[in-house]
Amino acid sequence: MQLKIQYYAVMREQAGRSEESLETSAATPADLYGELIVRHGFTLTREQLKVAVNSEFSDWSRPLSAGDAVVFIPPVAGG
Amino acid sequence: MRFRFTQTAIDTAEARGELLDLGAGGYVSFEGWVRDHNEGQDVIRLEYEAFQELAVKEGERIVAEALRRFPVRHALCIHRVGTLALSDMAVWVGVSSAHRGEAFDACRFIIDEVKHRVPIWKKEHYRSGDSGWVNCERCAAAPHHGHHHEPAVSPVHK
Repeated sequence: MQLKIQYYAVMREQAGRSEESLETSAATPADLYGELIVRHGFTLTREQLKVAVNSEFSDWSRPLSAGDAVVFIPPVAGG
Repeated sequence: MRFRFTQTAIDTAEARGELLDLGAGGYVSFEGWVRDHNEGQDVIRLEYEAFQELAVKEGERIVAEALRRFPVRHALCIHRVGTLALSDMAVWVGVSSAHRGEAFDACRFIIDEVKHRVPIWKKEHYRSGDSGWVNCERCAAAPHHGHHHEPAVSPVHK
């Protein structure tokens, strides 16, 4: 299935892009991050991130569906 | 909207006006400014970016929580994104209330929660030429894979 992944901050710099569409068999955000850490060499572990699916915070074990938009959220620093 | 982003300078007079209420006996605000130092480095400018769709939702939830927890009249938070110079205002929080105590409490609650929960990131640029994502120093501490990557987390040496 096709997923859309958007990258911000340190994730964007390490991926070298702000978004991509990816054909994947990843069933969950955890599976997807496992694929992407190999593809892009992200230095952050899953434990250091949060994940959002379709612009809402998500569990790492949520089932993904075709067309879902996934964002991995590194440690935040607003204010 | 009780939480919003702006690409330009925060208009505090306009924002304060949104909190006016005949039942309010006072108002408390917090301004976050760009500081010239952080963790021993001389900072020369900052870049803020946000995952705005989710950030606005989470920011709205924080202000709504503040309005439930503290008996205040109105509350608003505005966060700037883009490149900011020293002394520029990065964030503004304002709360109006019948009495001052809960206005201070609600204002403090909102800025603390925004800093911890809202997907906003800050990249510091240093006088030395280095730059780094704030709160991300430890992020590269223990990459689980074995092969080497350039450390793209702070401080990045150019």
